Amino acid sequence: MKKFFSKFYVALVLLFMYIPIFVLIAFSFNESKGRNWTGFSFKWYGELFHDRTILGALGNTVIIAVIASLLATVLGTFAAIGIHNMKKSTRSIVKNINSLPLINPEIVTGISLMILFSFCRISRGFVTMILAHITFCVPTVVLSVLPKLRQINKNVYEAALDLGCTEWQAFFKVILPEIMPGVISGFLMSLTYSMDDFVISYFTSGPQSQTLPIVIHSITRKPMTPKLNALSTLIFLVVLLVLLASNIKSSHDEKKKKRKQKIDIV
Amino acid sequence: MNNRKFRMFSIPYLVWMLVFTIIPLALIAFFAFTDRDTGAFTLDNIQYASKYLPVLVKSVWLAAVATVICLVISYPLAYIMSKMKLNHQRTMMMLIMLPMWMNFLLRTYAWMSILETNSGLLNKVITFFGFEPVNVMYTQGAVILGMVYNYIPYMILPLYTIMVKLDGRLIEAAQDLGCNTFNVFRKVIIPLSFPGITSGVTMTFVPAVSTFVISQMLGGPKNSLVGDLIESQFITAYNPNYGSAISLLLMVVVFICMGIFNQFDNEEMEETLK
Amino acid sequence: MENGVIVKLENIVVVYDDEKVLKSINLDINDKEFITLLGPSGCGKTTTLRIIGGFAKPTSGNVFFDGKLINDVPPYKRQVNTVFQKYALFPHMNVYENIAFGLRLKKKPESEIKKRVIEMLELVNLSGYGSRNVDLLSGGQQQRVAIARALINHPRMLLLDEPLGALDLQLRKEMQTELKKIQQQTGITFIYVTHDQEEALTMSDRVVVMNNGIINQIGTPEDIYNEPNNAFVAKFIGESNIISGIMHDDYLVEFAGQKFVCVDKGFEKMEAIDVVIRPEDIKITEPGDHTIDGTVERVTFKGVHFEMVVESFGVKWLIHSTQHTPVGSFVGLSFTPDDIHIMKKSEEEKKSSMLVNEGLENE
Repeated sequence: MKKFFSKFYVALVLLFMYIPIFVLIAFSFNESKGRNWTGFSFKWYGELFHDRTILGALGNTVIIAVIASLLATVLGTFAAIGIHNMKKSTRSIVKNINSLPLINPEIVTGISLMILFSFCRISRGFVTMILAHITFCVPTVVLSVLPKLRQINKNVYEAALDLGCTEWQAFFKVILPEIMPGVISGFLMSLTYSMDDFVISYFTSGPQSQTLPIVIHSITRKPMTPKLNALSTLIFLVVLLVLLASNIKSSHDEKKKKRKQKIDIV
Repeated sequence: MNNRKFRMFSIPYLVWMLVFTIIPLALIAFFAFTDRDTGAFTLDNIQYASKYLPVLVKSVWLAAVATVICLVISYPLAYIMSKMKLNHQRTMMMLIMLPMWMNFLLRTYAWMSILETNSGLLNKVITFFGFEPVNVMYTQGAVILGMVYNYIPYMILPLYTIMVKLDGRLIEAAQDLGCNTFNVFRKVIIPLSFPGITSGVTMTFVPAVSTFVISQMLGGPKNSLVGDLIESQFITAYNPNYGSAISLLLMVVVFICMGIFNQFDNEEMEETLK
Repeated sequence: MENGVIVKLENIVVVYDDEKVLKSINLDINDKEFITLLGPSGCGKTTTLRIIGGFAKPTSGNVFFDGKLINDVPPYKRQVNTVFQKYALFPHMNVYENIAFGLRLKKKPESEIKKRVIEMLELVNLSGYGSRNVDLLSGGQQQRVAIARALINHPRMLLLDEPLGALDLQLRKEMQTELKKIQQQTGITFIYVTHDQEEALTMSDRVVVMNNGIINQIGTPEDIYNEPNNAFVAKFIGESNIISGIMHDDYLVEFAGQKFVCVDKGFEKMEAIDVVIRPEDIKITEPGDHTIDGTVERVTFKGVHFEMVVESFGVKWLIHSTQHTPVGSFVGLSFTPDDIHIMKKSEEEKKSSMLVNEGLENE
């Protein structure tokens, strides 16, 4: 009985989360524009692929996300190493500053950057977008690298020096490979944040640097069009594939771990 | 790796944070307290902003209601998830993260087409069964629904993460010492999951209180929230001084709310340590 | 041990955050010896090791290697290698790559690297483990890899920082013998840090007992055990009875209310001193004139011997004896002059202990 209740509850929450999405997807195949089902069609997908604004925005989104995430990852990784080696008191101050953009309402971050750019008379466009995206990605990279640094056996760096590495060699041969998983996950998180961001982009983009979320926003303000449903469906599929792939990878890693535990017991 | 040289690695980052986080925030404060034309110090902007206090109160209220609903729905779900088989847990995680990764504009858009009064699906279903159509779109209820729908994953995930780490032996120990199921929850599980509650509430409340798109899309013009106010000051009315003053107010409110909540959290933690 | 000095520490002082971790350490380490730095945690033994390895810099004082000052030589230029606490193996490399690490840096040809790695694997009994992931090894095996990784560079000296700390008792004993064997085979100087006195006594040629950043005593294991310099050393090295006493004259000491003949001399007349008597040196006899008399308070069977506590005028004596004596018996304790070890009191102890003749609470 208890078990049934739990299952029922989980199903209910999942229904709540997915019904709107499925409705969205279903109507992307509707032949007519309205909310009445008139027949199955791929017509809206066709229109989507001929929409220059959307395709252009897709390109912008990817370019900005890749550039901003790469720069944020480099900046954040080095920052994390520096922060890790700070004295405890300085470290906690810097960590608080780091979490400022994460806890501050996005709209405040957005308008504060908008004010900064107009104050410095930088016209809004690609550059301001990339600067803004780096700003909200860096703290995430720092937070994903720091725990990896803490996990490193303190002596590993010294062991490398002891065995003949110079400080730089020890950094590239030992520290960097050790924190690599954190660096990569920081990069991937930056990519998704950057591609998904609307609020901050809304205040820092110019007419030539519109990303997908901004275009979506402008479409939602006009009368409904199933083109947007088609776009949603495609985004849903992409996200689903990415998640499935990462899931398969992590379950693979899990198996590896289990094998390790078995060996440990033997 | 205790090398002073490594500290230097953080210098570019520190400069970056100064230029793109601290100075912009300082600029907000600067604009909030200066006159638009003369640049002289003034409290007019703040005074102007305080006219909109009812909007701010409404935003906090709606966000708080949405946060509480999220917590109430998520807490049992996270607990049930944490007790599932490992591979089921992984699937559940994926199912919860999937909508989270879709842009919130699309998720809100989905609700628009369901709730619409004339042609929305909800009313179609209702009238099909012979009831009177309901007016949900452009109400406060719709805004709360949009907030709950958009931010519930941010509540489930931290709760689940902390509950998975909960040591099962502690529950057994509590039972062994005479706790019934209710007391196990009250005395062990809830206090131990408190850090998850705090971060879940923060991650839900802050974006909800400052949203400006959800309220526009589902609430319409009469349900403008503080985020909409700020947006209009910067995008349509272009008065950065008023906009900054309202933003400053919003920041103060957010930090006060978080402060109160963290205070409560600390006390609660101390309570459990006693 | 006439091999000449390889490392010389001269007046080494280390201050961390206003705290003196090392207070003027002077130590000569001979070539090819097995020397152990022994002391409780926080005594400065690991810091001393890190000074020699080059990972910590002395606030003042000098470090010499083969007579050359090496204060500012970085670790990678020292002919010294270290086996770290918890081994510090590189988790992203397999066993082979971990061991080959030092040679790869020196850009040795692949054929030589292979030959030497295989030799090393043999030396540490890990032949055939080259392709294993280091995370999949047991503690003992990881330990061997750490040793091989250090030794492959042919260091003049190997520093070992509590290398057996993470192993269980059985494995520790095996590794102790094995380490000693490797040291003798390779003829490399070993500097070994531990807080385990038994380990120190079993393995070392010389033991350096440290406490609170100073060296308390340097000597062979026998010296340290039999002739501890002060109460700290005596307490730290094995169980012992430490009683305050007064030196009346050369060869005459008073403690526990009686005068005893002893073998020590050179103290001031009526100087307050500590007397150490090892529990196994005390014999149980009939109460009499030249014995300390008391009541057996507790007897515990310990396998090879019985551990007894005898109470005499408020002092509890710890005794190891192969004979069982029932609790409550009134017995005499006797020992020979050889068994009485006289130690100077430290300055602050002198002030306080003139007053009471207190015994050691053994447990």
